[in-house]
Amino acid sequence: MKRNELKHAFKLAFPHTIPVLTGFLILGIAYGVLMSSKGYPVIYSVLMSAIAFCGSMQFVAITLLTTLFNPLEAFLLSLMVNARHLFYGISMLEKYKGFGKIKNFLIYTLCDETFSLVSSVTPPENVEKKYFYFAISFLDYSYWIIGTFLGGVLGSFITFNTTGLDFVLTALFVVLFIEQIRIKQNRVYGFLGIALGILSLILFGASNMVIPTMISVLIVLLVWRKWVCN
Amino acid sequence: MQLTSIETLLIILAVALGTIITRFTPFILFPESKELPPIITFLGKTLPPAMMGLLVVYSLKNVSVLVSPYGIPEAISLVIITILHLWKRNVLLSIGVGTLVYMFLIQVVFL
Repeated sequence: MKRNELKHAFKLAFPHTIPVLTGFLILGIAYGVLMSSKGYPVIYSVLMSAIAFCGSMQFVAITLLTTLFNPLEAFLLSLMVNARHLFYGISMLEKYKGFGKIKNFLIYTLCDETFSLVSSVTPPENVEKKYFYFAISFLDYSYWIIGTFLGGVLGSFITFNTTGLDFVLTALFVVLFIEQIRIKQNRVYGFLGIALGILSLILFGASNMVIPTMISVLIVLLVWRKWVCN
Repeated sequence: MQLTSIETLLIILAVALGTIITRFTPFILFPESKELPPIITFLGKTLPPAMMGLLVVYSLKNVSVLVSPYGIPEAISLVIITILHLWKRNVLLSIGVGTLVYMFLIQVVFL
């Protein structure tokens, strides 16, 4: 019974994850290739993808692996680059409530893309929610690891011109953003994120924009709640 | 490979620990057993659209509007994705067409 439900959930979840499949394979391969070009055997890139599973931070970590050994710096940088997960967690507190043991896995694998899908896609009626979210999380997680593995093993043999294919993740974010702001109550908050994101990008530059955006979003939301919602 | 195997593993664990802390902290601070403060419920509803907005900007952060091709391929693709999605509302279609248009633009048109 349970196994069938899980299978059913994977079937329904899979189509939603196709853009992530494309993007993660491409970026995962790029990561695997980059790691092996620095002389790291595939086992290390796969371990990083499986244990840390943090996309952009893994690319940052390449510089940490090619310099003097400094795990404290790696830890602090990881906290900063990944700070946005704090807000994903807050967003999922209600959604993941009462899911039992499976919840730890959902939290462990809560990346940008999984967050985007879980917060924007309504699970079909005939599927148990927690299995549906598990399927999305598990699929996204495995795409990243598989991509990394492929990149590490056969990266240098791939000659197909994939330039621009990683735009699939930008496209995913844009489409899910549109899905979010189709809901009227969400609209103002969606544009708030865009506006403060652009402002932080201009003021702090591409590599430092996330934390200023998070702080300013938080301040505006709290002030907004106090003055407008009351 | 500049670091030893042990050093590499420790860096992986350090990066993982940082990531795990950012992912688990909200769930540890606000366990299911306790009632959520209203302010957190409010943030839980308003942060998803705001963070989606941030992700859109974040994923385009390295696009320069000052250097050729001035972000034009991205702009064209975004317009097509938006129009197509508002019209057909098919997620995979919007993403697929948008990505192919973008690849065509940067591989063929704006070379």
